[in-house]
Amino acid sequence: MEYVSPEGLRLDGRRPMEMRQIRAEIGAVAKADGSAVFEMGNTKVIAAVYGPREVQNKSQLIGDQALVRCEYSMANFSTGDRRRKQKGDRRSTEISLVIRQTMEACIMTHLMPRSQIDIYVQVLQADGGTRCACINAATLALADAGIPMRDLVTSCSAGYLNSTPLLDLNYVEDSAGGPDVTVGILPKLDKVTLFQMDSKLPIDILDNVMQLAIEGCKAVANYIREILLENTKELEYRRGV
Amino acid sequence: MLHNKSFVKKTKAGKVMKQVREHYLRDDIYCGAPFCKVCDTSAARLSDSASTVLVLDTNVVLNQIDLLENPAIDDVVVLSIVLEEVKNKNMAVYNRIRAICSNSLRKFFVFSNEYHRDTYVKEMSGETKNDRNDRAIRVATQWYQSHLGDAVKVLLITNDKENKRKATEEGIRAETVESYVKSLARSDLLDLVVRPSSEDVDMEEVEDLRPSKRKVIYTEHKPMSEITSGLHRGIYHQGKLRVNRYNPFEAYVGSESIGDEITIYGRTNMNRAFDGDIVAVELLPQDQWREEKSLSIACDEDEDEDEDVHLAPSSADDAPRTIPQQGSIGETNPISSRPSGCVVGIIKRNWHSYCGSLEPMPMPAGSGGVAHALFVSKDRRIPKIRIQTRQLENLLDKRIIVAVDSWDRQSRYPSGHYVRTIGEIGDRDTESEVVLIENDINSRPFSSQVLACLPPLPWSVSSVDLTNPIRQDLRNLRVFSVDPPGCRDIDDALHCTALPNGNFEVGVHIADVTNFVHPGTPLDEEAAQRGTSVYLVERRIDMLPKPLTEDICSLRADVERLAFSVIWEMTPEADILSTKYTKSVIKSSAALSYVEAQARMDDSRLMDPVTTDLRNMNSLAKKMRLRRIEKGALTLASAEVKFQIDTETHDPLDIGMYQIREANQMVEEFMLAANVSVAEQILRSFPSCSLLRRHPTPTREMLEPLLRTAAVIGLHLDVTSSKALADSLDHAVGDDPYFNKLIRILATRCMTQAVYFCSGDLSPPEYHHYGLAAPLYTHFTSPIRRYADVIVHRLLAASLGIFKLPPIFRDRPQLTSISDNLNYRHRNAQMAGRASVELHTLIYFRNRPTDTEARIVKIRSNGFIVFVPKYGIEGPVYLIPRTEKGGGEWYVDEQQQKIKKMDGSLSYSILQPVTIHMEVVEPQPHRPKLQLTLI
Ligand SMILES: [Zn+2]
Repeated sequence: MEYVSPEGLRLDGRRPMEMRQIRAEIGAVAKADGSAVFEMGNTKVIAAVYGPREVQNKSQLIGDQALVRCEYSMANFSTGDRRRKQKGDRRSTEISLVIRQTMEACIMTHLMPRSQIDIYVQVLQADGGTRCACINAATLALADAGIPMRDLVTSCSAGYLNSTPLLDLNYVEDSAGGPDVTVGILPKLDKVTLFQMDSKLPIDILDNVMQLAIEGCKAVANYIREILLENTKELEYRRGV
Repeated sequence: MLHNKSFVKKTKAGKVMKQVREHYLRDDIYCGAPFCKVCDTSAARLSDSASTVLVLDTNVVLNQIDLLENPAIDDVVVLSIVLEEVKNKNMAVYNRIRAICSNSLRKFFVFSNEYHRDTYVKEMSGETKNDRNDRAIRVATQWYQSHLGDAVKVLLITNDKENKRKATEEGIRAETVESYVKSLARSDLLDLVVRPSSEDVDMEEVEDLRPSKRKVIYTEHKPMSEITSGLHRGIYHQGKLRVNRYNPFEAYVGSESIGDEITIYGRTNMNRAFDGDIVAVELLPQDQWREEKSLSIACDEDEDEDEDVHLAPSSADDAPRTIPQQGSIGETNPISSRPSGCVVGIIKRNWHSYCGSLEPMPMPAGSGGVAHALFVSKDRRIPKIRIQTRQLENLLDKRIIVAVDSWDRQSRYPSGHYVRTIGEIGDRDTESEVVLIENDINSRPFSSQVLACLPPLPWSVSSVDLTNPIRQDLRNLRVFSVDPPGCRDIDDALHCTALPNGNFEVGVHIADVTNFVHPGTPLDEEAAQRGTSVYLVERRIDMLPKPLTEDICSLRADVERLAFSVIWEMTPEADILSTKYTKSVIKSSAALSYVEAQARMDDSRLMDPVTTDLRNMNSLAKKMRLRRIEKGALTLASAEVKFQIDTETHDPLDIGMYQIREANQMVEEFMLAANVSVAEQILRSFPSCSLLRRHPTPTREMLEPLLRTAAVIGLHLDVTSSKALADSLDHAVGDDPYFNKLIRILATRCMTQAVYFCSGDLSPPEYHHYGLAAPLYTHFTSPIRRYADVIVHRLLAASLGIFKLPPIFRDRPQLTSISDNLNYRHRNAQMAGRASVELHTLIYFRNRPTDTEARIVKIRSNGFIVFVPKYGIEGPVYLIPRTEKGGGEWYVDEQQQKIKKMDGSLSYSILQPVTIHMEVVEPQPHRPKLQLTLI
């Protein structure tokens, strides 16, 4: 199967190093302390953050830091086949864990002892790269909730098909069964906090693909910063500052 | 600019789903004209002063690819929508149009119209996909015209009437292929144009030229929907049609659904299917399974298919398939148990172009220069093809290439068109080229990208190589090579040192080709494609460029060379105590020929070190060989023919059987041992991705012809195992000194050839090599001329931890396709070699009528087939002239395998020696053939 034409165009018209269009919106869920919608192409996820608040189940209370919980789910209408997905299946448990660990690593949990932060992410529409979109949405929602963080976390994926490193795989490219690298970074600290890969890749190619994914993360970070800045300005304006 | 495409799609489970795909429209797609003022011209492909730019419709690419491949057609824009449609309809044509587009000498530009924001068109409601795509092509044509301005004429080439009409309405200049080619005023190009079948009216004429031929009308092919449901319900069977190479009226379809091979007799039942087509077959009622066969014989006579004199087969793959005849000995079942069937539909065509010549015919009078002719392919599996030509006079004595276009129910033969001329019939260069084309052998010079991968010349071993820790310095060893005389691509060398403990250290040193051929480079890809070097009688087509084969890699005498060595410690009884594998640097002290090596060993006065080594090795080799034979390895024989070629004219001066000496066997023995050792080593490290070689055990059915012949002459052969067969072959000695060799030759041709495979695809018991009686075998010793050995070198290096295994080894399907390609290339290389020998045999006997001794190997109703040992050929001798039908003078005694004269005065039996006369005759002008007659 030809995923990149000899003219250098992917099936959806992008070039190998191009990301899909990204779009973000802060404050989609008024009830939550912080929320955001994040879109990467046709992948659309929503994140809502509650907290820091009192720990609900006292047995989980941690004395010197905040408890971070994450729940990931996919809306039944998010994929084409409208299949009823069982909650808490293996895949969503795994993704919940990945998101929780990634977010936990940048939240300054020690500033909020004996409290709890809940992150809910739901996939509204899936077209590849849901994991990355979830992390990006969660970052925005946490920022919106005003939870102290060391840095933003942004995530992007990259793959390797037809001997070409490809940035930000969509569903068709993702289903090709090739190597798929998901990277999460702390852009200001310039650190990688998440790194996952399906399938195998020779080490030198892995390096190229990973660099590409990191570039993608940086682009996402710039965009997220812009959105946050805009949001802050709007808040200032509303408060009449 | 973003646009979402949404469409509905049926999933495998049968559910209908709406799918939404993103579709980005861009503004950075350029027009490809170097004179454009607006676009980025760095990737422009059209010519600087193009006055006419052609935009092709899909049907033009699909049907006129031969025309497009002609360099006269240039300044062409290929739209991405066209490529997409072509790819969905015909992958072979897609690959060819892609090859033209990437050829830097051609001016074809791919315009990604589907991603350009001005040329992308949205499907309108009620519009079919086809109409939408046609519109996209017109929109793109219009865009080009307005983009390039009036100075350039943009022309849409289409054979679709509707599309052409709409284009004209929209103010687009459009022409059909034919009218465009006519405007170029090149009559030779017109022959390349494929005409739509509706214009095919006067084609009947050509059949009328042969009034005795009745017109065959084929049954209609079932529509695809019916085939699919028939396959589903199990009344049709799908498979690839393979036509018998020696009887084009018989074909086989291997069907997975019934787990057996379905035989298809006669062109009527084949119903216009070609060799290699994927077809749907319906079984005939069982009572017709035999009747169909007698029908096919009538068909046989219809087309005067002659059995030609050909090279004696060297394995079952070269020999005609023999299906036990009815009424022959041991056959009690009167009705064939083999299912037979007929083709009801063709799922996928395997049409390509074919090599051959036109059937001799008189020049037609006054048909406006256009003549209809019948093309006869060299490949007998292909039916005759009707073509139209304006250059009949030119083509009659030429070898030409013709492509097939269509085959409708009313015509007996498919129609096609002329592609190009190779040269004159009978001319040696032409015929050699035919052999190459027929066998799909790439004899083009290596491209500059490939040559760029070679190390700079003159090359020599550098200090870096010598200090490399992975490389052992073995220059102090007395290494020498033994090869056929005049061998320039020496890929193996040997050494044998007596150790103080009485044992021997024996080394096999193989040219370190992978030191120069790196995975993934153009050089590597080219070699992988070629698969093997091809040896014709008068020339060699190399797998690797000459500087590598004859210089850098060749282990010539007195120069330092890089090698990959297998070194054993052996007892004087030839037991292997230890095996070591290492990359090395060697310096060969002598490059001997087999004759020289043999002479040295035989000359008892010679006591020099090399001769002593040779003698030691020979004594080890003899013991190894004996042990191998004890285990059941077969000593097979084939009639290998050797030509002596005039160095200047390249005409054959003399031919004769290849003589095998002890020295050959000695070298062979160590090569076998090295291959076995390497196979063990790589399989140990890579159990699922090693490339090995297996030789399947012949089935009883395959050995049937041998057993029948043996039974007649009272010889009992035990074929229960290779060991039993080897023993009975050893005991098959008669008064006749040639008898044993003859039986071995007959045994060899019953067996199929060994094949490469990927170890992950089969289970270990299937790895067995029957002929060598070895559980494991591979090819390691000829990396200069076989790509399999290159792969094995990489595996061996990786197993020693010297190099990383290239990523391709992780991809099992790709590995399997590599081994399939190697088998295909090897088969073709062998067939080309044989065809080349046949060609030179014909040239040799052209002016040399000869009388010689021959052996009868098969009895026929009107004569017998003889094998001529001296020249390695086989052919028919007719007792009853072919023109006479019936001929009641002779009758065949099946039981005794004899043909007898009615009055009992004369009889000929199988294996009997006869003296025959060989002469080249020309029954039709320009069609010389070798004829055998009884003296
Ligand atoms: Zn332009």
